[in-house]
Amino acid sequence: MPTVFNHRHLLGISELSAGEITHLLDTAETFRDVSRREIKKVPALRGRTVINLFFEPSTRTRTSFEIAAKRLSADAINISVSTSSVSKGETLLDTARNLEAMSPDCIVLRHSMAGAPYHLARICNASIVNAGDGAHEHPTQALLDALTIRERKGRIAGLNVAIIGDMLHSRVARSNIYLLTKLGATVRIAGPGTMVPKEFAELVDVGLRIAPSVAEAVSGADVVMILRIQRERQDAAFFPSLREYAIHYGLHADHLQQAAPDAIVMHPGPINRGIEIASELADGNQSLILDQVANGVAVRMAVLYLLAGGSRDGFIEESNGPAKPERKERQGNKG
Amino acid sequence: MKLLIINGYVIDPSQGVNTGRNLLIEDGRLAGLFDVSEPAPADAEVLDATGLIVAPGFIDLHVHLREPGQEYKETIASGAAAAVAGGWTSVCAMPNTDPINDSPAVTRFIIEQGQRANLANVFPIGSITKGGEGRELAEMGEMKRAGIVAVSDDGRPVPSAGMMRRAMEYASGFDLPVVDHCEDRSLAAGGVMHEGRWSLVLGLKGMPATAEEVDAIRDCALAKLTGARVHLAHVSTRGALDAVRRAKEMGLQVTCEAAPHHWTLSDEAVKTYDTNNKMSPPLRSQDHIEALLEGLSDGTIDAIATDHAPHHADEKALEFDQAPFGITGLETAIGLAFELVHQGVITLERLVELCSTKPAKIFGLTERGTLAKGAWADVTLLDPQFQWTFDVSASKSKSRNSPFTGRSMTGAAVATIVGGRIVYLHPDFSRLTRLRTNAATR
Repeated sequence: MPTVFNHRHLLGISELSAGEITHLLDTAETFRDVSRREIKKVPALRGRTVINLFFEPSTRTRTSFEIAAKRLSADAINISVSTSSVSKGETLLDTARNLEAMSPDCIVLRHSMAGAPYHLARICNASIVNAGDGAHEHPTQALLDALTIRERKGRIAGLNVAIIGDMLHSRVARSNIYLLTKLGATVRIAGPGTMVPKEFAELVDVGLRIAPSVAEAVSGADVVMILRIQRERQDAAFFPSLREYAIHYGLHADHLQQAAPDAIVMHPGPINRGIEIASELADGNQSLILDQVANGVAVRMAVLYLLAGGSRDGFIEESNGPAKPERKERQGNKG
Repeated sequence: MKLLIINGYVIDPSQGVNTGRNLLIEDGRLAGLFDVSEPAPADAEVLDATGLIVAPGFIDLHVHLREPGQEYKETIASGAAAAVAGGWTSVCAMPNTDPINDSPAVTRFIIEQGQRANLANVFPIGSITKGGEGRELAEMGEMKRAGIVAVSDDGRPVPSAGMMRRAMEYASGFDLPVVDHCEDRSLAAGGVMHEGRWSLVLGLKGMPATAEEVDAIRDCALAKLTGARVHLAHVSTRGALDAVRRAKEMGLQVTCEAAPHHWTLSDEAVKTYDTNNKMSPPLRSQDHIEALLEGLSDGTIDAIATDHAPHHADEKALEFDQAPFGITGLETAIGLAFELVHQGVITLERLVELCSTKPAKIFGLTERGTLAKGAWADVTLLDPQFQWTFDVSASKSKSRNSPFTGRSMTGAAVATIVGGRIVYLHPDFSRLTRLRTNAATR
């Protein structure tokens, strides 16, 4: 059964079906090989323009999108804007309209405010890729996490996944919860009460539970995902000290002993060593943190390709670059 | 000059009238209700209100007219035009203008601009504290003499209970009601929508219902302490309504209002990140909406007020976090209130009470909110079955920030009479003027 991916934008995992997610992951798998070749380039997006518009500092995600675009032969342009200067000058929409006037095929947006990509999607002809918007979603992170899990475990369905840390402010947690539960995994989340609001359990209808402690969340888990503690939030007094956080909510070796024997450890980075995760676990043989980064490129190639290029079948049939399919009528934003 | 409104169905809760009557207006004042069979005075113009409800003029206790200072959003004239188009004969203007209305000079300016516009009656509300900063009392006595009808630090709620106590005690000396926007800022700070499942889904910072509840409970306790007249603005939560209900049971002088968007839309509406669904207090979850419907039905809620808050399109075109709070409401409120009537939540009589009788009482607007002989001839004519679709591009307001554009409604105010003058007539009801012409030539 071929699944057609005909979204114009990638704004969040919440608006994707399980079939579409699987299609994205399958496409990413075919692209993973490109990065393992000597000549790491395919002509799939030759002549297309991808703008990475980053309003928040990011090394990993921006580089990953840039490499992904270049390995597809697209022209990639990076724009980093400090949010403070934007608030004094041009609005997000004006920036977007100016970029739009230069006819990009794809705009990859990272922004500190939730919903910013929806704003762009309303006015732009270019496909918008959400590269993280405030505490809302970070869909490509969830996709690369899923690709990493699938690579190691062979499946997502039926797995027990523990997610530990600051749920309240985490777009990574939200996107992962949507993706993993859609594909049939069970997710248990844990963290300080100030960062795991009880309504979080209602985020999805099935497959999600708040665990009372890190130990209980991790117990029997096949996958343990650690969220980054944003040190800058310390002022807001969500927890008393980093020391206390590390003791009560950091991942330690004894936690991992309670997990499934072949459990894997993941972290979206950048890591605060010794705070949310013990250093030896981050570097240990159960850690897939660097696999995540490698898969990030493949996933972003798949996303750019499907939005700015065409169907995966087209890629396979004519690897010299498929004709750009006609775009669907512009749709309203769902989700 | 005489105007006779014939064949209308008169609903006037102030006199317990709920029947077909003719209403005579003479020189800007009401000259009484008469049996429909009584012949019209020979010198009167006649308005045929067959099929319409004739109600005492509607009074909106809560609008932001933006003048002085933010005339690019709204002026008193454009706001008053929107008001009469929505069926409101009187509007009470919140003081958070620039400069703020904390002095008799600003109060007088607002009144003069209202008179110049010559549409709706414009009653200014003074600020509680100087500059609305929550520290020193504003000159309430002098502003009262200049014409304010209440005091409020709307939008910047008085943070200190001690300051609020002083304000209530002092306002009582001038018989001014104290209007509070209930929001404990230590709980709601930084929030941009209702805190709940949807704020988590959307990754937006929430304002918990508890922030309103805590302040409402505080204000009710202070009303008990001071004996002051306390009016809670745009109540949006079950907890605040419970507090008001208890205060009323204790016999305190506590009243409250509700805004149509709070019972019409839920926080789910924010899911498209459309900033026309951003206001404070925010759209709440279903349980709070049900509490509002209960309050509207059982009398806990005293008034329907719009919290009309115009903002320029450029301001609303920002990211959700950065866009200002507020939506326009003057032209949609009655249509949305009629939805409650058609759903059986409230009766027509209760609608008139919520929009006219009670608001007049709460702010002490004597000779308004009634069709009694001798009162000001402020009258709202309603057609409960009129079908229409709100088109914000045709709004009389200078701003366009409404989530209700495109919404089909049944029931509207079709004519608005202020001081005996027809200041608004819906284009589809031009038959009313035609008849007037006929009568004049009779």
